[in-house]
Parts: sequence; C-alpha cells; structure tokens
Amino acid sequence: MLPMRGLNKGKELKVLTRNGEPVSSKVPRRTFLQYAALGGAGLAWIASGCKKEPLQEGVYLGAGDIGILNYLYMLEQLEAAFYTQVTQAFYTGATTTETALLNDIRDHEIAHREFFKNALGQVAIPSLDINLSAIDFTSRTSVLETARVFEDLGVSAYNGVGALIKGEAYLVFAGKIVSVEARHAALIRDLISDGSFAGSEVVDENGLDKALSPDEVLVVTSAYITTIINSEDLPTV
Amino acid sequence: MTVRNLLAMIEKVDPEVFDRLNSRRGAVRHFSSFSKRTALTALPFALGSLFKKAYAQSTNPEVEAVLQFALTLEYLEAEFYTLALGSPALIPQGAALNAITTIRDQEDKHVSFLKTTLEGLGKTPVSKPEFDFSGGKGTGQGAFPSVFTNYDTFLSLAQTFEDTGVRAYKGQAAELLGAGEVLTSILKIHSVEARHASHIRQMRHAGGANVKPWITGKENDIGAAVQSSYDGEEADTQGGISISAINGFPITTAAATESFDEPLSRERVLAIIDPFIVS
Repeated sequence: MLPMRGLNKGKELKVLTRNGEPVSSKVPRRTFLQYAALGGAGLAWIASGCKKEPLQEGVYLGAGDIGILNYLYMLEQLEAAFYTQVTQAFYTGATTTETALLNDIRDHEIAHREFFKNALGQVAIPSLDINLSAIDFTSRTSVLETARVFEDLGVSAYNGVGALIKGEAYLVFAGKIVSVEARHAALIRDLISDGSFAGSEVVDENGLDKALSPDEVLVVTSAYITTIINSEDLPTV
Repeated sequence: MTVRNLLAMIEKVDPEVFDRLNSRRGAVRHFSSFSKRTALTALPFALGSLFKKAYAQSTNPEVEAVLQFALTLEYLEAEFYTLALGSPALIPQGAALNAITTIRDQEDKHVSFLKTTLEGLGKTPVSKPEFDFSGGKGTGQGAFPSVFTNYDTFLSLAQTFEDTGVRAYKGQAAELLGAGEVLTSILKIHSVEARHASHIRQMRHAGGANVKPWITGKENDIGAAVQSSYDGEEADTQGGISISAINGFPITTAAATESFDEPLSRERVLAIIDPFIVS
C-alpha cells in the first residue's frame, strides 16, 4: 500500500472498534492510488487488494447489495422494536388519533423488517440486540422526538444507499419503502409541531431531502443497537 | 511532478477529485461543477482519458429524459400551488396558508434545481407547458372546475398531484440505476414529495376526509377522475413475498398495502397529467 495518510484524512467516520482499534470501510482514495500506480496499464479498478478479513466480532452485514439490504434490515429492526414498545403502553395523553397512527406505523415497520428478513433468507443477519432504555416511553415528547429522529434518519439512510445499489429490483424495493418512511417522518414532525413536515432541518435550499452514508447513520444507531455491526464491506461512493 | 503531487494540487481546487475519479459513473456525478474543469488544462496527456471520463458530460440520453420528465411534473406542481396562493380566500389563513406556501416554495426550488442540472449537462430544459387545472385540457370545464374556488377541491387535487409525484419519481429511479449523484438527487426530491403528500393528506383528514397520511389499498375518496393515480397501490405481495400476515405477524392486508408505495411508469404518469396540460 502506498503511503497516503496525508491524502486520506478528513472524510472518514470511525464507527466501530475491534479491540479498541478504529475501523473504517472507506477506501476510495486508496483504490484510486492503486490504479494510478499502474501507470494506466488498464482501466480495471483494483479494489480487491483492499479487501480485509471480516471481523471476528459482531454481526457482518456483508458486501454489495446483500450488505446494503442487511443494513436496511438493521434499520427496520430498530424502528420496529421502537414502535412495538411504543404501542405496548402508550405515552401519557395519547389521543385516539395518535394511537391509531402509531399502531399503523408499527405495522408498517414490522412489515418492512419481515420483508427484508424473508428476502435475504439464508444471508440475513440475525435479530439484533436493541436497547431503548434511554427513551421515556411514558413521555409524549420523548417518544415523538425519538420517532422523529428514527424516521428522518430512515429517509436519509435510504436516500444515501440508492446510488450504491446494483440490482434494479433492490433499488425499486428501497424506493417503495423510503416514501412510506417519509410519510411517517412528515406525520411525526407534524404531531410535534404542525407544519414542520418538511422543515429546513430536513429539506435544504434546493428543496432536497437529506442523504446519509451508512457510516453516518451507524453513528446514530449504535446508541440503540448494542450488537456490534461490522459494516466494513458495504459499498462506498 | 509525481502523480500524487499532481492530485494533491488538484484536490486543492476540487476537493472531491478522488471521489470523482473512483466513481464508476463519475461521468454523471457533480455534473454542474464545470468551472472546475479549468484546473485540468495542465494535466499530462497520460492521465487525460481518465480525467475526461471523470469530468465528461453525461452521454446517457435516459438521464436527460428522466430530468425533463421530472421538470414537467415540477412545473405542474409549482404553478398549481402558485395559482392557488393567488386565488382570493381559497386557502385559510394560518397553518394551511403556511403549509401550502412551504410546499409551493419547495416545488419552485425543484424547478430551479432541475433546470440548473439540465443546463449543467449541456441540455436545454423543456419549457413550462400551459396548464388547465380543471382537468379540461384548456376548456376550463374538466373534472375540477372549482379547483381554485373550492378549498376541498383544491386539496383533493393537491393530494392527487403529490401522491402521483411520489409514484412518478419512484418509477424513474430504476431508470437511473448506477447514475450516481443524479439518482441521489432524484431520490431526495422523491422523499420530499412524500412529505408533502403526507401533510396534504393530514390537512384533508383534519377537514373530515377519510384519509391517512399513507395510501391504503387503491382507495381514493376523491372520485373516478383520479383513480388511475391509485390503481396498483393495492399490491400486498412484494417480490413474491406476501406481506399480509407475514411470518405470523398480525399485518392486515390494508397495512401491507400501506407499507409499500408503488411506482408508476412515465407513460402512465403522462396519461394521468394529460387532462391538465393544454400544450
């Protein structure tokens, strides 16, 4: 490997640790420099040389489209677990309209979770350990603010992986789900503050929603998913 | 000068040069950043073809077709809300007016963004059509003659346009498979349209309509004139996987259909909006 630390700084998010050692799956510059070192001998990108041994610890999402689908399955596991708990004992003062809507969302998230589980079949990650103890489920504010974070995060996570997907059918499935997540996000935001469905925190000056990379999303989800997630072979831009 | 020194210099001008070079579809990424190409004039010939590939304009005609189609949809939505906001006493003051203004402003931004994107690709954006929001193709006597005088009619058509827009963008995403930043941008608009759809549906619900923020089955409480915008939404099997009662969970067919929004082809969307376009 060429020395490249000076060029490689700044863009990486350290997400996971293996024996206390930061781990990152971002290798684009490395990949380019390997190409450049060949002196234009061919146009094939040499990416395989950067492949690392899968981590021994944690749940390995996989590579390519499988990795992305497992990553989305991970997100749906978190959302479904959250709404399952929300709807087991609603927060104080929940209206009948709110309970009906939150029951609907729970069912949607379970449907998404189980869809990914069945679609992935043998290559699906297992059920993850999820810790929601930081959330006060008796508090409307705590529940809805958490829901807002998860829904907006879900939208930006799906938006962030669309361009990484290779299989057309997988891209279509992701598209079918992300707009439902956006419908949820808008509703939850409006329950918190009517009219905030597409506020400037989520829609930018070009009228565009957000997109986040898996590394950025995993920083947030790691506060709730206690299973160590090995995302090192997820595709990157 | 070594290659690495050269790249370090380019990076000062174009911080994303490495990403650009590594992208399989670098040709369609960062399409609007053409001014940065001036930095490349001093490059050695040996690297020329590589950079050309990374910075060249898109040659994929499908990308332009998708963007022109999207622009037409955004023209329609932007003008629809602009005319509504200009119609006296149509939209109640307060939350309703604020929400419609927010949506109109974002549709305007989508128009500008898509025009800028097309121009960045060296393409000429299509012109704004002439619209007839009664759905009468210029007669003013279509299925919605009271669209700008009756608030319920206006919101009904707004819901139809937003739900149709979500399905339209979703249908185009597959056409942009692998198109990098263009695909990401289309997805970012797609989810904003879904946010709009959710809110308009909430506004209608608050006014007494039996609708939720999501689409149940192919239900449509507006009328036969818009049913084609909802046909297909009743799918409860995804990729051969039945979603109703999946894996023993009590997921009703209604919830199963709500959980997945369905795409529409460009042809079907154009047929849906045809009554609203005069020329």
